[in-house]
Amino acid sequence: MQGRPRTLVDKIWEAHLVSAETAETPAVLYVDLHLIHEVTSPQAFAELRKRGLRVRRPERTVATMDHAIPTRRGADGRRAPAEGAAAEQVTALEHNCRDFGVPLFPVGDARQGIVHVIGPEQGLTHPGSTIVCGDSHTSTHGAFGALAFGIGTSEVAHVLATQSLLQRRPKSFAVEFAGALAPGVTAKDLILGLIAQIGTAGAAGHALEYRGSAIRALTMEERMTVCNMSIEAGARAGLVAPDDTTYEYLAGRPFAPSFADWDKAVAQWRTLPSDREAAFDRELTIDAAALQPMITWGTSPGMGIPIRGVVPDPGGDASLQKALRYMGLEPGKPLLGRKIDVVFIGSCTNSRLGDLREAARVLRGRHVAAGVKALVVPGSQQVKKQAEAEGLDRVFREAGAEWREPGCSMCLAMNDDRLLPGQYAVSTSNRNFEGRQGPGGRTFLASPTSAAAAAVTGAIADAREVLA
Amino acid sequence: MNAVTQIRSHCVVLPMDNVDTDQIIPARFLVTTSRDGLGHGLFADWRFDAEGRPRPEFVLNLPESEGAKVLVAGRNFGCGSSREHAVWALQACGFEAVVSTAFADIFRANALKNGLLPVQLDAATHEALAAAPGTSVTIDVAEAVLSFGSQRAAFPIEPFARYCLVNGQDELDFLLSRESEIAAFEAAAGRVPWRIR
Repeated sequence: MQGRPRTLVDKIWEAHLVSAETAETPAVLYVDLHLIHEVTSPQAFAELRKRGLRVRRPERTVATMDHAIPTRRGADGRRAPAEGAAAEQVTALEHNCRDFGVPLFPVGDARQGIVHVIGPEQGLTHPGSTIVCGDSHTSTHGAFGALAFGIGTSEVAHVLATQSLLQRRPKSFAVEFAGALAPGVTAKDLILGLIAQIGTAGAAGHALEYRGSAIRALTMEERMTVCNMSIEAGARAGLVAPDDTTYEYLAGRPFAPSFADWDKAVAQWRTLPSDREAAFDRELTIDAAALQPMITWGTSPGMGIPIRGVVPDPGGDASLQKALRYMGLEPGKPLLGRKIDVVFIGSCTNSRLGDLREAARVLRGRHVAAGVKALVVPGSQQVKKQAEAEGLDRVFREAGAEWREPGCSMCLAMNDDRLLPGQYAVSTSNRNFEGRQGPGGRTFLASPTSAAAAAVTGAIADAREVLA
Repeated sequence: MNAVTQIRSHCVVLPMDNVDTDQIIPARFLVTTSRDGLGHGLFADWRFDAEGRPRPEFVLNLPESEGAKVLVAGRNFGCGSSREHAVWALQACGFEAVVSTAFADIFRANALKNGLLPVQLDAATHEALAAAPGTSVTIDVAEAVLSFGSQRAAFPIEPFARYCLVNGQDELDFLLSRESEIAAFEAAAGRVPWRIR
């Protein structure tokens, strides 16, 4: 189609319009894939039951359990069962999936895992598709050039019942990472660096498109880390245009197009990248080579500094002052060397095989410092299996870290993986909000490399020095 | 959804920016299959100490906050998690509107779907309101105007969301009414590209 140059988001948006938006009504946007989990779906299924509705497209819906389930193993070596209200959520999901015909990858299934880890891993995340889930980190799937965003439970019911959503087109925001990341600087550092620069509302109302040579050089797992935290910049979605890296990752995965369909699909996906002349509502260029390993010091993902930097002066800003008080930090002081209690390696941001390899590179032949608890939680059963095949679990265990069953775990402390009041953690997750990892717990967000370096030194450390 | 046309109340002021949904309701309260009974989780770690006793200094625990339907908070309210429980918890505690200079996108969408009104004000009006806790305000939804004392401030609201609020139009009913268009789209789009067993 000739006409005005279009962005990647424009192309996906226009291909999914059941009806276009007008001044009076939003667009009706068709949803290709709806991922659900135990925590934000029960009330949506209740709504369907109340209204006597069915799930319109069960085959476009996939359920798993991740948020509230335990990651501990019992004495029998198997995952501990969910208890109390969490067990009710798990049972409700089983019943809902059975009653409405929705495919479920439950605990015990080889495909179970964190919802944003399993979608790509199973090949369900296709370039050019629309993907939603009752979870803000749905932006992860944008790494494949999909328009993927988090929704609330009312909208989960809308999608279950109609496979559609009422939406206004997001504004577009291109962020170009020019040049190459320096050695020792990771995808996590790249996205923490962006959020520190533009702030947690910096991309509100926009879909981000990450571009530039530093993005092209990232693996799919690394692109997922970047897109995952788009929501932490306030964005509605975050995308990377698909390329050969994308297609190589997807080829042969269980639900990727197969055989004759594959070539046709790739040919279509190659038309997705933003047209050269496409205009964005906002554009920003960042010098990737200037980015440093990052860590957050405060209670918002935007409160990030280079790991060798100092805690900033809050001036008269009440929010910064409050964050400093909560974290028990003093302005002007470095974070390096600051003692920590817990290290968490996991979450939909950083629980994939590449993340675990990075952490293992630091932990191999070293030991978790005395008094530090280190938790390694693989993102899925598949990740766990692959990691164990490579012997990574042995590296972690021999270093004194705990090797757990897949789930969201200490990222949001819905199960019993929690910080105690006052404890400090270096975490590879995505949010350092007050109490996010347990009431009174204090979180420093960083990369798997930095988290592993903190585990072995018992303090915030520059992994480049630990590895030197 | 019940129609929401006018809200009159005194205001509670929570003068903080970036109030995230983990603060509005911590994740441990999400272990439920119901949308009811979430009021005790609202701002739980700010409202109550570790033993569950109310912290007397927290604004929602002040006697003058009793019965307030309007919460005035700082910018970027509702950032973070998509949990609609944040909206349900606010409503369970009697709130009908939240006033800020900016809302996180998912929170705004969730609020509107439940009849909780997000009122996005200009910085000057917001500052005036935040500086005078307890101020009585009137919010006219159809006009999209918040007024107090001699001040009148218009606020932006997506036209369809406003229509739904004022008329008690349920969004799911609206989507269901588009069934034939959805079916036509599906017929044109072809088969689902996978089979999950």
